Amino acid sequence: MVVRLAEADLTDRVMHALADSTRRDIVATVLTTEHSVSALARKYPMTFAAIQKHVAVLEAAHLVTKRVSGRERLVSGNMEALRTARAVFDQLESLWRDRAARMHDLLDDESPAPSTTYSDRADRSTGHTSTRSTPDTYEGERDAND
Amino acid sequence: MRTIDISRDIDAHTMIVTTEFDHPIEKVWQLWADPRCLERWWGPPTYPATVTHHDLSAGGKVTYFMTGPEGDTPGGYWNVLAVEAPFTLDVVDGFADDQGQAIESLPTTAMSTRLAARPDGGTVVTITSVFPSVEAMEQMISMGMEDGLREAMGQMNAVLAG
Repeated sequence: MVVRLAEADLTDRVMHALADSTRRDIVATVLTTEHSVSALARKYPMTFAAIQKHVAVLEAAHLVTKRVSGRERLVSGNMEALRTARAVFDQLESLWRDRAARMHDLLDDESPAPSTTYSDRADRSTGHTSTRSTPDTYEGERDAND
Repeated sequence: MRTIDISRDIDAHTMIVTTEFDHPIEKVWQLWADPRCLERWWGPPTYPATVTHHDLSAGGKVTYFMTGPEGDTPGGYWNVLAVEAPFTLDVVDGFADDQGQAIESLPTTAMSTRLAARPDGGTVVTITSVFPSVEAMEQMISMGMEDGLREAMGQMNAVLAG
């Protein structure tokens, strides 16, 4: 089972999942004891389908895992594993986000991107159509000093 | 326009960084090929990297150390598995001692870098890091960024407790 989530996506899911009091209660319940979906449905004044939906939201956020046993679907809490994995990924992600930002800084500082140079020139020539006779280099220097 | 996308596959201990540059592929490749370039992005400002050996050929090795605020100098190395300039670089990144020798007892990361030229002259870079396990990732981070980890754990605990 490959779970590939965009950055921030999982954080959003965790936040969303834990924003609901029933879901928080479900997490707390299955953290100590594995419960079947039907057992959870009996515990709350809700339909089986409603509980199933809550469990699906928690599952998508990696807060619980579900396994099939006979005719039952058993739900258990996965908080510790998730907490560790997420915290670790968060750190590595911020490390790489910073690295990528430095790569961009480095290349942008040393040689401006061709597209940027082009648009700069376009703006400049448009703005100085009436002073076309002035040598380009001089014009450029004056712009820089302004 | 800078785009930096990071996706994770927690089960497979994999993280994929994708970022696009408006610069041509040969220029972007210098981020790895030029040791002076490499050391300017590899380490954070608080732990700048110094590349001490740089042989970017298959079977070659890159060694570096970082200099921390307390004067500590944790070392690292890349074992170059495959390279095809300016498109492909596969390395194993690990921890090294003061002499640049691999510390075998510490976890390593398999890091695959791919560069692809965009039709408009820009470059797409994809870096895939595969870690041996979540525990190993935790160990790597705790060595360099202990405070950051503690902070992140604290935040996560606060979220989960709420």
